[in-house]
Amino acid sequence: MIPEVGHFALILALALSICQCALPLLGAHRNDQAMMGVARPAAVGQFVFIAISFGCLTWSFLQSDFSVLYVASHSQLSLPTAYKISAVWGAHEGSLLLWVLLLAGWTVLVCRYSSELPEKFSARVIAVMGGLSFGFLLFTLLTSNPFERLLPAAADGADLNPLLQDPGLAIHPPILYIGYVGFSVAFAFAIAAMISGDLDQKWARWTRPWTTSAWLFLTVGIALGSWWAYYELGWGGWWFWDPVENASFMPWLIGTALIHSLAVTEKRGLFKSWTLLLAISAFSLSLLGTFLVRSGILISVHSFAVDPERGLFILAFLGIVIGGALVLYAWRAPSMDSEAGFRPVSRETFLVLNNVLLVIATALILGGTLAPLFVELLDGSKISVGPPYFEIAFAIPMVPLVLLMAIGMHTAWRNQAPKALVNKLRLPAMVAVVVGILIPLIFYGGTSVMLAVGAIAAIWVMLASVIDPIRSWKRGAGSVALTRGAIGMSVAHFGVGFFVLGVTVVSAFTVEADRSLRIGDRENVAGYEFELRGLKNTTGPNYQALEGEVDIYKDGDFIGQVRPQKRTYLVQKSPMTEAGIDAGWNRDLFVALGDPLGNDAWSVRLQYKPLIRFIWLGAFIMALGGLIAASDRRYRLTATQKESVRIQQGEPA
Amino acid sequence: MLKFVVPLIAFGLLVGVFIKGLDPERDLKKLPSPFLGKEAPHFDLPRLKVPNERISNQAYDGEVAIVNFWATWCVGCRQEHGFLMELSRTSDVPIYGIDWRDQREPALQWLSQLGDPYVASGFDADSVTGINWGVYGAPETFLIGKDGRVLLKHLGPLSRDAWENDFLPAIVAAEGNQP
Repeated sequence: MIPEVGHFALILALALSICQCALPLLGAHRNDQAMMGVARPAAVGQFVFIAISFGCLTWSFLQSDFSVLYVASHSQLSLPTAYKISAVWGAHEGSLLLWVLLLAGWTVLVCRYSSELPEKFSARVIAVMGGLSFGFLLFTLLTSNPFERLLPAAADGADLNPLLQDPGLAIHPPILYIGYVGFSVAFAFAIAAMISGDLDQKWARWTRPWTTSAWLFLTVGIALGSWWAYYELGWGGWWFWDPVENASFMPWLIGTALIHSLAVTEKRGLFKSWTLLLAISAFSLSLLGTFLVRSGILISVHSFAVDPERGLFILAFLGIVIGGALVLYAWRAPSMDSEAGFRPVSRETFLVLNNVLLVIATALILGGTLAPLFVELLDGSKISVGPPYFEIAFAIPMVPLVLLMAIGMHTAWRNQAPKALVNKLRLPAMVAVVVGILIPLIFYGGTSVMLAVGAIAAIWVMLASVIDPIRSWKRGAGSVALTRGAIGMSVAHFGVGFFVLGVTVVSAFTVEADRSLRIGDRENVAGYEFELRGLKNTTGPNYQALEGEVDIYKDGDFIGQVRPQKRTYLVQKSPMTEAGIDAGWNRDLFVALGDPLGNDAWSVRLQYKPLIRFIWLGAFIMALGGLIAASDRRYRLTATQKESVRIQQGEPA
Repeated sequence: MLKFVVPLIAFGLLVGVFIKGLDPERDLKKLPSPFLGKEAPHFDLPRLKVPNERISNQAYDGEVAIVNFWATWCVGCRQEHGFLMELSRTSDVPIYGIDWRDQREPALQWLSQLGDPYVASGFDADSVTGINWGVYGAPETFLIGKDGRVLLKHLGPLSRDAWENDFLPAIVAAEGNQP
């Protein structure tokens, strides 16, 4: 009964999404208040029905209702309750339901916070989001119904993929999806602006907090995913350039470009058509990414089940959404650009460079991800593009981006006197060069060209990010405080520096050793002694595990014990590695248990990873910067108040 | 204004490629090899452990064999390694490895630490053999018949499922057909 309620609620949501899309669009066209008035109630109603549907699926999981095919395939009686909940979005059908739920959630937020927008405009925005929701709901109902029955019911389920039975993975897809789906708001704003044909600086101001919010969730989602891969996949890497990872990274890069391009459009009214294109692209890449891996077109280590019929539906939907948006763009965008000028040394120039470099990086990643497909279709041969390509291709645009970032954020709009800029940045530049070369030499006993470039760039950005906050703090109370936008920018850029420092040091000074250890053996890796104390069998709720006890010593002093595990999940029979990690702010010690080598010896992978926490911490700092910037007061002020505020304050980007 | 149409054209091309990519004939997971049922492409590589000796198709001439493409940088290879080790102990079918796009040093270390399930491994650093065999990404596993024809190709980590459902029946059939 409960699954049928969920199914029915989903059908009602589909019906409401048609109203939410069609009536307000028509109403805005005809200037009909009543029809535009349908937008908000329809959106709220749709959210309620999707939430009911989602609740029903969750309930079926909690009850272990194995007469539901989806539950029977992805759950199991002894699965811990928390994972029964996360199993709801653990595979294709449920994650699609989560996707529409989040889309409806974002739409309700747009309804709630769009009262200051012109009525026609907000009606169109909500209508576009209703149209997107219609497509996804139809896809769910026609090809991926999570409520399909399995009769007769299974006695027990097939269990959730053990890779997904982990707290990091339980929370990372929802957060990632909040980010992906969040870009639909910027997309809808862009479509609405193109339909009405007028786009002014207010449009950019409305769009900015939504874009930044979506971006910050995407940032956190990607960082959590990377962290999960690090400790769960068992060999200590943190980024693999897998198609699924690239799929989340490309919208992030374009979203980052969009945030910066929106700043120019808001402050100066420039780059309007370019900003529109980025807003369309960020969401298009989100769609492309999430759905390419579900269609079976690209193969990835963690892709969803493949079904050609779904692939065709997805492609048709992508064609309508993205193709439609681009047709509208080709038609409307040419009339939108304005002609305000700026000097070569100005913030505009640096933001253009930022955009160009981010778009190049995205194009190189997209090319690498799709290259195997292109080559195969052209001449039938198969190629494989691996991390070596991506690492080089990504570093080429990123090194100048990071180096220029520090200058860009201190450059004035329109025209900047070069001399003042040099005066402001000379000291941080010199400090960065000295420290960037010395730190690796002193702490890690060596340096190289790439290492020095990375460390200098990182410290340079971090120093440049704190100049303004420190000056403002020194001036003390009474003087004009920095806006939240400016603080957010500084924090996010500081996070970038932090991240770059982490990546640089990890890739230069990681020590990895595969050793064979017998109980009682000690091995020295990077100055740490690892002693295998013992091995024992343990059992979890739905797995058996062999657990090693490894004591770690530094200079003869005991500093901690880690317990790496090799688990075998009972239902799916798959072996999983749980690494034992002794974490510290400045280094991780990573121990993974391998296979028995005979003679009571075990292969053990020991790793020393300096500053690896900086990678994720840097990403979280970036997201925090986004949070601060998105909460800037000026996004909530009325137009008249806004003008006076802007006159008083500096102009953050 | 041509420049505003460029994104649309680019997207159109992409969709064209995707439509071809969705061709149901092109089922990558199952039978992507154009060599299926045909003679496996010739290869002749230096051996991984003994660089001055060579290994070629002749190594398994006249017997059913497994050829597994692997690499130390490869995610799935680590995952399937334990199962390959088990097979090397429990199954009579010899497993030959081809260390693909890899470096010798870490590869040797990998085998000495994780165990060596292979009768022998060829070392294919520049992917000459990989390209000839149509390897899409490591790991990939081929089942070769007594006559040197490709009987099966498996993409991704070799699982117990694939072994029991695909490989074992094919091996039984291949062993049975010829006395």
